[in-house]
Amino acid sequence: MGFLFAENGINAVFEKWAEEYHVYAPKRMEGKGAFSDTDSVRYEEINKVEEIEFDLKSHFSFKDILLPMSETLFFFTEEQVKEADGPKKGAVILLRSCDLHAVRRLDEIYLKNGFEDYYYKRLRENVRFVLLGCKQAFENCFCVDMETNRADFYDASIEKDGDGYAVDNHYSDWEPLFLANSMEKKEVSPSYVTETEVRVEVPEGLSLDVSKSRMWDEYDKRCIDCGRCNYVCPTCTCFTMQDIFYTDNGKVGERRRVTASCMVNGYTDVAGGGSYRQKNGQRMRFKTLHKVYDFKKRFGYHMCVGCGRCDDACPEYISFSNIINKLKDAVAEVNDHDEK
Amino acid sequence: MDMNTKLLKKNAFRVTKERGITASRVRVPGGHLEAKYLSMIQNIADTYGNGTIHITSRQGFEIPGIKFEDMPRVNELLQPVIEGLNINQELPGGGYPAAGTRNITACIGNRVCPYACYDTTAFAQRIEKAVFPNDLHFKIALTGCPNDCAKVRMHDFGIMGMTEPQYDKDRCVNCEACVKACKKKSVNVLKTVNYKVERNEAKCIGCGECVLACPTGAWTRGSEKLYRLTLFGRTGKKNPRMGEDFIKWVDEESIIKIILNTYDYVNNYIDPEAPGGKEHIGYIVDRTGFEEFRKWALKDVKLPDMAEVYTPVYWKGIKY
Repeated sequence: MGFLFAENGINAVFEKWAEEYHVYAPKRMEGKGAFSDTDSVRYEEINKVEEIEFDLKSHFSFKDILLPMSETLFFFTEEQVKEADGPKKGAVILLRSCDLHAVRRLDEIYLKNGFEDYYYKRLRENVRFVLLGCKQAFENCFCVDMETNRADFYDASIEKDGDGYAVDNHYSDWEPLFLANSMEKKEVSPSYVTETEVRVEVPEGLSLDVSKSRMWDEYDKRCIDCGRCNYVCPTCTCFTMQDIFYTDNGKVGERRRVTASCMVNGYTDVAGGGSYRQKNGQRMRFKTLHKVYDFKKRFGYHMCVGCGRCDDACPEYISFSNIINKLKDAVAEVNDHDEK
Repeated sequence: MDMNTKLLKKNAFRVTKERGITASRVRVPGGHLEAKYLSMIQNIADTYGNGTIHITSRQGFEIPGIKFEDMPRVNELLQPVIEGLNINQELPGGGYPAAGTRNITACIGNRVCPYACYDTTAFAQRIEKAVFPNDLHFKIALTGCPNDCAKVRMHDFGIMGMTEPQYDKDRCVNCEACVKACKKKSVNVLKTVNYKVERNEAKCIGCGECVLACPTGAWTRGSEKLYRLTLFGRTGKKNPRMGEDFIKWVDEESIIKIILNTYDYVNNYIDPEAPGGKEHIGYIVDRTGFEEFRKWALKDVKLPDMAEVYTPVYWKGIKY
């Protein structure tokens, strides 16, 4: 059922939600960009609809909520362990179609890939998703080709409609709340984009042979292994563990789970001093093939959702969509080589 | 030929090697201007000059080869430039007022440069409005960050942009990009403790390298625009030297007040016999002692809580 809200009506919904949920949405953080007098759009808790950044792509994704960059799992003393408390309230996350598709990828890894991750599940169970309609694609978006431009598996959707807000609801528990605060019922179908300026084509016949291509060498020098592409990616799921012993009392401490990047030094360090994929081109190959090859082999669909944040974030102007498009020639290159 | 060279100089013209020929000096405060003014300057050079322009070391244009008698017409043509650059002009249509206080220079700043901590040109223009024109010999320069591309330590007042890094440990993933950047490019004040980063606040120079290096946005810039103010660097024959730190984490308001206070101090203590009524401020401070200068400079200045005033301050430099 769809609804049309005035600003105060939708804010009444947010106020009601706040009793039960933390509401997270992309928010413009003034002066928080890396360069002076620039802003950063990040996922933050919001109280009012005016705080939501509807007009820009967020620099970081909703993933910061579902998989906190640094999360304490438990505390330990000499004899005892205490699990860190989870959030007291559930969460409502406002996100675009590509990101909602990314949630499916996170669920795949954390809930369905052999076993359930306790901490992820604990958070995830109490999350409701509200789709932000996309009236047009942003720079570097390629969701249409990754088939993530539309999503109907949301709890509700929201987008600006004139001076008000159009909302579609799929979650029956919210129906009375929406009815009570909206101006009118209305057929609402969330906006979605049907074309993007950036197009990608994952070639047929991609195999691990493409590893032998010379296309990766370019990135040995171009890439600075900063990891921004991973940290902003809504589908990257890697983490590492940190055991901390408090400095005042070395017998007490905590274990943290921290986001890890396959582009950053140390990712492949193993016991005994081994470390793999030293060259940045090799790391780029590993990441690329994970996003558009081996994940699909296991789960049947591509990991990359085409949000293009990696392109937005790369300080060296390395375009991931361009890398995908180079794969076709790379496949031909290694095939030619094999034939000779 | 009769020409009052004192007045000519106060009108931003130069006495040149060639008798009867002058050069017009066009100051650009903060070194950034709309491109349309270039064609006006070109027109002056082509019409009244010798068709060449010198780009000055203080971010201006000098138009040589102008006859003394053409100065009023040059001033007419300069009027739109003077108004467009928002120059404090005492006599409308009378050309550039000039004298001791030199053009306030600036690096390109945060309109373009990723490192810059503020809009250097805008701050330069703000100081311009507060101090110009003035006969006393003051050199002021602004640079966006501690890289000091504008070489502000060669000036009486060097203004260096800083940012107070803010750390959100919950976004830190221990990639160590900041620690490495600080060590290799700056002053090595970050260290890893229990997989998180500790900053030596006393030693930090506020360059922002950590913020630029951070891939997760754990490091961000402080909301206040703060600066390092350096004093009395100078070139010249007697005792060239680098400016020394005076205040770290000082705000714009205080900097302007300190500069204005220094004009009072110089008026009070300048050598009455100084050639052309100009004396580098540093030599005056050498006579009065730094503490006397400090007393004048900080009169009625309300520094931010975190400001650190260096005292005493000593200068070195080359002595012959």
